Amino acid sequence: MHFLNYIWLIPVLPVLGAAIQLLLGRRLSNKAVSAVSVGLPGLSFLWALGCFFQLLSLPAQANHTFTKVLYSWLPAGAFHLADGSLAHLNVYVGFQLDPLSSVMMLVVTGVGFLIHVYSIGYMGHEGGYYRFFGYLNLFMFSMLVLVLADNYLMMFVGWEGVGLSSYFLIGFYFHRKSASDAGKKAFVVNRIGDAAFLLGMMLMAVTFGTLDFLPITEAARGGRFAVGDGVITAICILLFIGAAGKSAQIPLYVWLPDAMEGPTPVSALIHAATMVTAGVYMVARSNALYVLAPTALALVGAIGAATAIWAASIGLVQNDIKRVLAYSTVSQLGYMFLACGVGAFGAGIFHLMTHAFFKALLFLGAGSVIHALSGEQDLRKMGALWRKIPTTAWTMLAATLAISGAPLLSGFFSKDEILWQAFASPYGNKLLWSVGVVTAGLTAFYMFRLFFLTFAGNSRVPHEVEQHIHESPSSMTVPLICLGLGAVGAGYVGWPKVLGGSNWFGRFLDPVFENPALRPALQHTWNLEFGLMLLSVGVALVGFFGAYRWYAKQPGIAERVAAAAGAGYTLLLNKYYIDELYDALFVNRAKDLGSALAAFDLGVVDGGVNGVGWSTRMSAELSRLWDTWVIDGLVNVLAFVVKVLSYPARVLQTGLLQSYAWFITLGVFIFMVYYLIYF
Amino acid sequence: MSWFTEHSLTIVTFFPLLGAVVIAFLGRDRTSSVRWVALLCTLLTFLMTVWLYFEFDSHRAGMQFEEFRIWMVLPPVNYHLGVDGLSLLLILLTGFLTPLSVLVSWSSITHRTKEFFLFLLALETGMIGVFASLDLVLFFVFWEVMLIPMYFLIGIWGHERRVYAAVKFILYTMTGSALMLAGILYLYNLTGTFDLPQVLDHLTTTSLLSPPAERWLFLAFFVAFAIKVPLFPFHTWLPDAHVEAPTAGSVILAGVLLKMGTYGMLRFCLPLFPEASRDFAPIVCALAIIGIIYGALVAMVQPDLKKLVAYSSVAHLGFCVLGIFVFNAQGMEGSIYQMFSHGVSTGALFMLVGMLYDRRHTRLISEFGGLATSVPVYSTFFLIVTLSSLGLPMLNGFVGEFLIIVGSYHSRALYAALAAAGVVLAAVYLLWMYQRVFYGDITNEKNRTLPDCNLREKLILTIVVVVIVAMGVYPQPFLRRMDQSVASILQRVEKRTLLFTERAPAGHLGAGR
Repeated sequence: MHFLNYIWLIPVLPVLGAAIQLLLGRRLSNKAVSAVSVGLPGLSFLWALGCFFQLLSLPAQANHTFTKVLYSWLPAGAFHLADGSLAHLNVYVGFQLDPLSSVMMLVVTGVGFLIHVYSIGYMGHEGGYYRFFGYLNLFMFSMLVLVLADNYLMMFVGWEGVGLSSYFLIGFYFHRKSASDAGKKAFVVNRIGDAAFLLGMMLMAVTFGTLDFLPITEAARGGRFAVGDGVITAICILLFIGAAGKSAQIPLYVWLPDAMEGPTPVSALIHAATMVTAGVYMVARSNALYVLAPTALALVGAIGAATAIWAASIGLVQNDIKRVLAYSTVSQLGYMFLACGVGAFGAGIFHLMTHAFFKALLFLGAGSVIHALSGEQDLRKMGALWRKIPTTAWTMLAATLAISGAPLLSGFFSKDEILWQAFASPYGNKLLWSVGVVTAGLTAFYMFRLFFLTFAGNSRVPHEVEQHIHESPSSMTVPLICLGLGAVGAGYVGWPKVLGGSNWFGRFLDPVFENPALRPALQHTWNLEFGLMLLSVGVALVGFFGAYRWYAKQPGIAERVAAAAGAGYTLLLNKYYIDELYDALFVNRAKDLGSALAAFDLGVVDGGVNGVGWSTRMSAELSRLWDTWVIDGLVNVLAFVVKVLSYPARVLQTGLLQSYAWFITLGVFIFMVYYLIYF
Repeated sequence: MSWFTEHSLTIVTFFPLLGAVVIAFLGRDRTSSVRWVALLCTLLTFLMTVWLYFEFDSHRAGMQFEEFRIWMVLPPVNYHLGVDGLSLLLILLTGFLTPLSVLVSWSSITHRTKEFFLFLLALETGMIGVFASLDLVLFFVFWEVMLIPMYFLIGIWGHERRVYAAVKFILYTMTGSALMLAGILYLYNLTGTFDLPQVLDHLTTTSLLSPPAERWLFLAFFVAFAIKVPLFPFHTWLPDAHVEAPTAGSVILAGVLLKMGTYGMLRFCLPLFPEASRDFAPIVCALAIIGIIYGALVAMVQPDLKKLVAYSSVAHLGFCVLGIFVFNAQGMEGSIYQMFSHGVSTGALFMLVGMLYDRRHTRLISEFGGLATSVPVYSTFFLIVTLSSLGLPMLNGFVGEFLIIVGSYHSRALYAALAAAGVVLAAVYLLWMYQRVFYGDITNEKNRTLPDCNLREKLILTIVVVVIVAMGVYPQPFLRRMDQSVASILQRVEKRTLLFTERAPAGHLGAGR
């Protein structure tokens, strides 16, 4: 079977599920819903595996790249490029599979499928079961379009699609105002990024005359543009703003913690493993452009590093188990951008892949804890769950170790590669590296804080809840175990050279990231690399022991430290008051502006129209007065004058025959007298 | 068949009027037959417009299905009809929206039903006539005739302030028409003909029109159309008219009548007065962009659903005008596409609001909340239409917006950036509205027992949603049909400019570009 030729089935299978659920789901039983909505993504995972192996067997000179164009979607016609040549912008519905998109495709379908399975158990008791799976399938479709697209506009289709499904799923419990607020916030903040993405695309369209990945990459690598080219830098910065929206980077990260209002499987799938990494994917996909724009690269690295430490610091003190994980996600995404920013796109994608496993696992584990505690999310009301839910606890431990960078687990390899690149790459520097190392320490601290507060120490669970604590059903624990295996083992595909490996993963991705404009790597000794690796492990250990001492060994110290830190602690707890600041600066101002304009519209613009109407009526009224009193008045005056003047005549005009006879007689008499006297 | 082919435009134009005549002869109390006649007649008209759409040869430039008869000898007014890719789509849109308007009025119009459908059908003839006329006087006649049924639709079947709204609507539009009439007469004086193609020929081949006169004429026509669009700051009749109009009135108003403004710009302003169009383009684009952002911000704070949708129309039509006045194929095709898709989406939004009004007799957002629980099917339809209105890719709204932004980017990057800001704001006000109406708990007991969509409503909305998705996923056929017309309009704008620049002193060369 030729899997690649039907690559479009991979996104289409889940969308079929979405259509079935949203049209007929209400009439289906929960069993039928799960069969359709879990089965179809499962099929699409199998198809993806088939495609992946066929891709591997493609001849090497094709750079392991396969494209399949279905039809012309948006033919935008001809126009002149900036350099005067004529271009036909035509956007196709087309798919591209290369090493980069195949990694994304496998992560999305694989982790996605496991989370679908998990949701069967987790959502089993919730209302709107079919709706949930419908949206989840819609998400899979959009995400797969995003990663499999062969051009930026199709990527944007998926990009908006995942934003939309995320909006639905965050607001899944739409009865809660906080949930629907969070959904809207996510969509709107994302849209700000999207607008920049859109403008970046416009600039690409007028510069390259196409939006397809391959021709753009070819043109960028062809030497037409100098390193530091202004247009390319602008494109890269605009794209990065888009990425920062989707991947929750400073200053657009504020939606992600709120997004935890959604059901936990959603947080795992969308807000940890897949959707939020779309920005990293997009920057990596555009690597040929970014290496031409060192300024943009530096910005990406700086924002990535700043976000990593900023979010980690907030994560230190949060009490909601999902919020800790949310800030941790923001921070880890920062690592991925840091990697891209120092030109180590492969390392960023490597971390994206390992992160998908351990972060999805952390969220699903947290979901299992919440499930066991009948919905409790507050770390202060947990504790001593280690023996009660052992499968969850063991898998969570694996994930916690992985994210903290415990040697030989997946997170260790990927994070260490990023730190090493931040230090050693020609684009890196010691500042970026040291921020990364400190963040690694903070990460180990807050993750073990979470772990100890949940599983160790004394139980702080209320009595009535404690009675119902139970391990989750196998539909939930099996995905946990599968992801646990990934969290432990996924790093081995990238076993680094410094430890005697060959970094197969890096070599696999190399054809996508080979750029003539990339500055050549600096030479460093094995000792330095190994020493730095030991150092970062040491920092993580410090974090671990800090958490152990404060939260496991001597609980109570933490409160005292918090009290001592005072204002600093409150500042962190309230997330630096960024939400309040944005509300004050933008949200409320926009509403004020809207109200002011509405008043202006009613008063001035419409007032003007009504004013014209009024003055027309008034001038009509004036004309009426003029007409009645002056024009008609003149006529009346004239008539009056005539009337007065004619009064004597009227007196004579009596109509009596006798008096006329009398007048005639009188007249005759007068004439006679006149004649008699003068003649 | 050949007889039909030869007279297809006349038949399409006057077929609804025939229906109106039939209705006029029906008894006052036979409301059911009145409705069925109206539906049948508009459906047949729609089928004929679909036939036109498929028979239209998208590779041919110029007018098709032309009909020419001498009407008056002196002054030489002719009965001249014809369509190109631009008017074809708008006629199709008219044909599509009118039967839907009949359906949405099916049970909500209870008094004077006969007159209502009579006016609706007469209105359709007027609208199709406007798009099909190629003679300036004929165009003007249809343009004016169409106002009258609309005036009655608002004035009789409207809501509380209907008379104010109806009078405002008609006076505002007529002010514009008066200017346009003066312009038409001036053109006749100059060229000796009212026939649009001939006037165009005269103006292109000779230099009858001095630049100042051209500018005045442009303004006369432009203001008439800008009022109709409505372009900021001529837009304030629109919210009033929409709020007061019955649902079908709003659908037709937003769906078709507003498009006559942008249609007029493309059909008259640009080809007749290319130089002036270029001169005024920066101002027009600025007004369009103000409309986009201003409309969105004002929409955001409206307490009334219909007003919100009305202001969103101001924003969307701002996109259309922007696309026209950046003078390139992308912008113009996007603009025409946006006209069509705005007609579908906003028309659908008005239908949805109307359905809600039928149930609750209020349109205040604050009266609602939590409707997703009580009317899930209705909520889903509303959501899809909302998403199409905010320009989600793969739904109809995106195609037009994208092309317009590409086009405006060619012209000036700043335009594109501001228009993109409008895209963000659209998400804000629409989603906020959706959240307040549909999400949360039911706060008002009256909303708990609302009936969900009935079969008729489901039918209407399903048709609309199918069109919304189809236009988003596969826009090609629509775009191909407008290619030739857009090319010829652009060519005219370019050619005239070239003629002028060739004559102009050397230093002047290319100043307009």
